[in-house]
Amino acid sequence: MPLIELTNVAKTYRMGDTTVHALRDVSLTIDEGEMAAIMGPSGSGKSTLMNILGCLDQASSGRYILDGVAIGKLNDDQLATIRNSKIGFVFQQYMLLQRTTALRNVELPMLYGKGHDRTARARAALEAVGMGDRLHHRPNELSGGQQQRVAIARALVNNPRIVLADEPTGALDTRTGAEIMGIFQRLNHEQGITVILVTHEPAIADYARRIIHVRDGLIDRTEQRNGAAIPSAEYAR
Amino acid sequence: MSIVEAVRIAFVSLLANKLRSILTMLGIIIGVGAVIALLSLGGALQTLVTEELEGLGSHLIFLFAGTNDPAVNDQVPPRLTNDDVAALADPLNVPAVAAVAPAFQRRGLVAYRGTSYDATVVGVTPSYIQVRNAEVARGMFLDEQAVQLRSRVAVLGHGVLQTLFPESDPIGQRIRIDGVNFRVIGVMTERGGTFASNEDEQIFIPLTTAQDRLFAPEAGTTRKVEVSVVYIQARDDQSIEPAIQQITGLLRQRNNLTYQDSNFTIVTQQDLVASFATITGAITIFLGAIAAISLVVGGIGIMNIMLVSVTERTREIGLRKAVGARRGDIRLQFLVEATVLSLLGGLLGIALGYGLAQVGTTLLSSFSENARAEVQVNSILLATLTSILIGIFFGLYPAVRASQLNPIQALRYE
Repeated sequence: MPLIELTNVAKTYRMGDTTVHALRDVSLTIDEGEMAAIMGPSGSGKSTLMNILGCLDQASSGRYILDGVAIGKLNDDQLATIRNSKIGFVFQQYMLLQRTTALRNVELPMLYGKGHDRTARARAALEAVGMGDRLHHRPNELSGGQQQRVAIARALVNNPRIVLADEPTGALDTRTGAEIMGIFQRLNHEQGITVILVTHEPAIADYARRIIHVRDGLIDRTEQRNGAAIPSAEYAR
Repeated sequence: MSIVEAVRIAFVSLLANKLRSILTMLGIIIGVGAVIALLSLGGALQTLVTEELEGLGSHLIFLFAGTNDPAVNDQVPPRLTNDDVAALADPLNVPAVAAVAPAFQRRGLVAYRGTSYDATVVGVTPSYIQVRNAEVARGMFLDEQAVQLRSRVAVLGHGVLQTLFPESDPIGQRIRIDGVNFRVIGVMTERGGTFASNEDEQIFIPLTTAQDRLFAPEAGTTRKVEVSVVYIQARDDQSIEPAIQQITGLLRQRNNLTYQDSNFTIVTQQDLVASFATITGAITIFLGAIAAISLVVGGIGIMNIMLVSVTERTREIGLRKAVGARRGDIRLQFLVEATVLSLLGGLLGIALGYGLAQVGTTLLSSFSENARAEVQVNSILLATLTSILIGIFFGLYPAVRASQLNPIQALRYE
């Protein structure tokens, strides 16, 4: 059974008098343990698709089933609960709380859900991304790559079904970006965590085994790759 | 999210903007401080006044000739005579009355050697001592003989003594009152009166001397005021009301009043306490209104700063929602933050009010030892509760606004 199942999903916004069709008709399945990339130019609808996949937004029509739950019928608070327990977000701008230690930042999702052993679980998550020696550093004391590692630890701490990474290397230099992508790859390989990357950079999409190209609110084509993704020559440097 | 967690987040956020937090709290600090100081000082002032009025005498009733209403005075001329006083002193007429002390008083120029002094000269009888709880410090008070003989003897109030005889002993000395020679026979103890009348500035002489020798009868036509005030002591507190009834009945009968208003005024200590309470009550309401305005303004300040805070932290709110915060969680976080802000202001306000009360006690201590401005536990509880309610009331709108932010737009907010 697929982990994610989108059937004929469309999303329209009203902007004043005009109706914007952000997504027209998207059907898509992603299986557990996959590492997929959603690619497309800006305005293609990939952000809208990510927001719907991440349960931040709901489709105007069509059906979205995540881990056996029909998302379309849920209210705001039920969506929040789903996000808390099933989805881990990694953002381009890290989105860490300032004046708050790495440990406290990673504990954040647990404030709104399962609250037991918070510190121990946050510490374990930080150790898993190689930040075990920076537990009490604040974001302004960490480099960009380190901040993104903390953000990944935060995404993982509630053992989500999927990790959604929106341009996770967009604010990083090439080398640090490659390190971050290595972490995602390792999480996918070793722990079988489902990872969905949203990016417009082909070099980042190359890490995925499947690349879903979005254009004008439709899935343009899907690229299936065999075997492990190989970092492109550009990133290996 | 638990309340404890919300309080922790609130403190982190408030400490991140220390100056802003303190400025925001100022309205609450001032409002609560004013209320606390007001309540404690009001109590102290009430104690002071009550104590002072009690000191005037026990179960005391004041009887004045005439009324405050000029129309009534025209219709029924003021009249209070020695015969009236004699009738009031008769227990058969007014059984509820224990003692009667008539007084006839005018301003007079008192001179001793080179020094002169504008004092209140009061003609009284020996019963004054008992009825007014007065005490002689040195020498003796006026006796029956002095009254009968219209003697030119005088007893000085403490203030008069200090002006005319700063160092020397006044007993036996001759002074002049409006040019008439008097011999000083005694000195009163200090009363420290501040409200009704200052007895330290008075000179006591026999009633008959004042009426017949010193002050010419008023050149009025129908007025016959031989006595300006009669101090009447009721037998006990329960007798005050019956005494008023009996005095009123007796005097109306003696003045042949049937349907007219009375041409005299009766005032009790309770009336004085009550009229003072009316004044302090009005002041309290006025200051209380200012304090209330300050609290409302403080609350609006909190609301304003919370709205700013919500806007500044839009991305944080978006993040919290993305990782699973429900509307209630966000609402609770900001509501707790506003309440913590207001409550801290309230606690600082209580400290300020306590300080003001201490200052007030120091100022009042020169009048009375017992007039202490104490901060009651009730006032503290009231102030605490009020500041919590202000925080909740004025924090609710910003908190609801924060909780309704759309996570996608909030995450994208720059």
